[in-house]
Amino acid sequence: MIDIGLGHYLTLGAMIFTIGVAGIFLNRKNVIVILMSIELILLAVNINLVSFSIFINDLTGQIFTLFILTVAAAEAAIGLAIIVVYYRNSSTVDVEKIDSLKG
Amino acid sequence: MEITLLFLPLIASIISGFFGKYIGDRNSEIVTSLFVSISAILALILFYNVIFNHYENNIVVASWINSGTLNVNWSIKVDALSSVMLVVVTFISSLVHIYSIGYMSHDPHKTRFMAYLSLFTFAMLTLVTADNFLQLFFGWEGVGLCSYFLIGFWFKKDSANAAAIKAFVVNRVGDFGFALGIFLIFYLFGTVNYSEVFEQVPQIIDKKLLFLGMYIKAIDLICILLFIGAMGKSAQFFLHTWLPDAMEGPTPVSALIHAATMVTAGVFLVVRCSPIFEYSPLTLNIITIIGMTTAFFAATVALVQTDIKKIIAYSTCSQLGYMFFAAGVGAYNVAMFHLFTHAFFKALLFLGSGSVIHSFKEEQNINEMGAVYKKLPYTWILMIIGTLALTGFPFLSGFYSKEAIIEFAYLRGNTVGYYAVGVGIFTALLTSIYSWRLIFKTFHGSYNNKKLKIEQMQESPIVMLLPLIILSLGAIFAGFLFKDLFIGHGGENHFWGESIKFLNPLSTEHPPLWIVLTTPILVILSIPISYYLFVKNKEIPNWFANSNKPIYNFLVNKWYFDELYNVIFVQFSKKIGLYFWKVFDVKIIDRFGPDGISSLIKNLSIKASKFQTGFIYQYAFMILLGFSALLTFLILN
Repeated sequence: MIDIGLGHYLTLGAMIFTIGVAGIFLNRKNVIVILMSIELILLAVNINLVSFSIFINDLTGQIFTLFILTVAAAEAAIGLAIIVVYYRNSSTVDVEKIDSLKG
Repeated sequence: MEITLLFLPLIASIISGFFGKYIGDRNSEIVTSLFVSISAILALILFYNVIFNHYENNIVVASWINSGTLNVNWSIKVDALSSVMLVVVTFISSLVHIYSIGYMSHDPHKTRFMAYLSLFTFAMLTLVTADNFLQLFFGWEGVGLCSYFLIGFWFKKDSANAAAIKAFVVNRVGDFGFALGIFLIFYLFGTVNYSEVFEQVPQIIDKKLLFLGMYIKAIDLICILLFIGAMGKSAQFFLHTWLPDAMEGPTPVSALIHAATMVTAGVFLVVRCSPIFEYSPLTLNIITIIGMTTAFFAATVALVQTDIKKIIAYSTCSQLGYMFFAAGVGAYNVAMFHLFTHAFFKALLFLGSGSVIHSFKEEQNINEMGAVYKKLPYTWILMIIGTLALTGFPFLSGFYSKEAIIEFAYLRGNTVGYYAVGVGIFTALLTSIYSWRLIFKTFHGSYNNKKLKIEQMQESPIVMLLPLIILSLGAIFAGFLFKDLFIGHGGENHFWGESIKFLNPLSTEHPPLWIVLTTPILVILSIPISYYLFVKNKEIPNWFANSNKPIYNFLVNKWYFDELYNVIFVQFSKKIGLYFWKVFDVKIIDRFGPDGISSLIKNLSIKASKFQTGFIYQYAFMILLGFSALLTFLILN
């Protein structure tokens, strides 16, 4: 059996982080997907925190994870609320069409 | 008194020009006419003082330039010469002002017109009262400017604008020579004041200068350059082309500027500078030759013109030629005398033709006129007086001055002088023929105008006729009354005093009788001949024109001067101008200068603005990229 060590956890975290980052800018569809990608990035960070916490026997990291989850939940709620409001105003959540920042 | 005389026209011009809107047309007409008339009266008083008391004065109004050795004053120099000019200018000008009230009665821009007329009078007065070359030049350019304004007065007519520009540009050629002459005077004498320059002239007569690679006597060079200026202003051969075109202006302008006063500025310059010209026999001969060529050329062209004003314009040109050759043979006082008498009868002829044009409702072609002498009796009589005076009919003013010119040319006693006598007599004959042609075609024969019925002809109003009557008195008596004063008996003439210098006293001999008699006889004979040719038997001139087509066309086209200049100068400079505009300016300077830089910045901005897509995910990506780049940088350090 392969001995699963710290490196594997960190690799998983890095992969999820990369997927999240790529999801932000490769995504052509939907603002909600961006929101989900941000969640992925946060989760990747959580995995890092938890795995380090176990390997160095310090609970602080896991407590931080709980905080981050809480914040992420709040953030998702706010993000979704913004999207709902935006949808009401411009009746679209298509990223290709959200370009009113363009000068 | 002199200051009032000089500045009244300026004040009138300012009042009419700037405040004409508030005081109304009628008031500005009255103000300008009144002020200039007061000037004229003052000038007459001054003239009286000069004649009987030998009054001379040089009033310094203000210091103008005071820089190193160059000291120039605004001044009013009163002597015999300038007093004559003052009388001519203000007298004719005031009559023209009054006449304009009638002539311009249908024009919407009366105040502007009156302001220009008064401003012109002021400029001409500063010209003749100058005591230095710089103030002379100021007046010189001032009258040129006013001439431009007035030729282009009807600015909606393209031809008037073109004529105004032509007059201005042709005068620039002359002015360029004149300015060079003044520079040379300052270079040689270190001053531009007449009295100091004239004093020093004898010291430099042997000096030579390198000019255009040739050694020329300095005195000849100065005189030739000054004369080029005079040629431009007085419309002499080669630089005459602007004068006939200047007839695009209103007729009072033609009378005032292009007949009686401004064009005589060149003659005045030569006479004023007689202390310089006297030392340059070469230039005097050139002046004589140019003068008589002009006289002859203009007279031949006038023979075939059909525009009433152009005939008189060429006649002016021709008479100016007479004045120049009088000056050229050294008889400056005779040149001034002819200038004086010419001012009266030429202004009379022009204003008379204006009256005819007014009656014919802006018709200027003499072939469209005729048979109206009963309808326009006063104009007819006055025009005949003007014509008699112009042609030199015995005992009218032109007779004395023209005779004197021919006599003095003969007495000069050199080849050029004799040549001038021949040309002078022949030109006098031509003058007589074309003048009578004008009269007969305008007033006699059959009525040829199709637009107006002969019953609709109306004599001009009294405000137009009154100046004509006064001028006709001048045309009749000016020669007889002032002959002794201007020309005097032999050498005992004290009127001119210091203002004209004769290096060799004028000959006091009497010319042979045939010289004295030829001109009047020819002039009198030409009247019945012209009557026969232009009224009784019109076939002869037509037959003559048709059988000599080349000569006729040559004359109708004014010796092809306009065409020649068009090919040589106008097209050439147009091409250079076009080249510099299209190639040098547009393709080089603009392309790499303003246009180039602005288009470069525009292109860069377009490229830079492509970063601003407005898509959030791209901004986020950029933030991440930047963030990771920063991190990498920090970690590597």
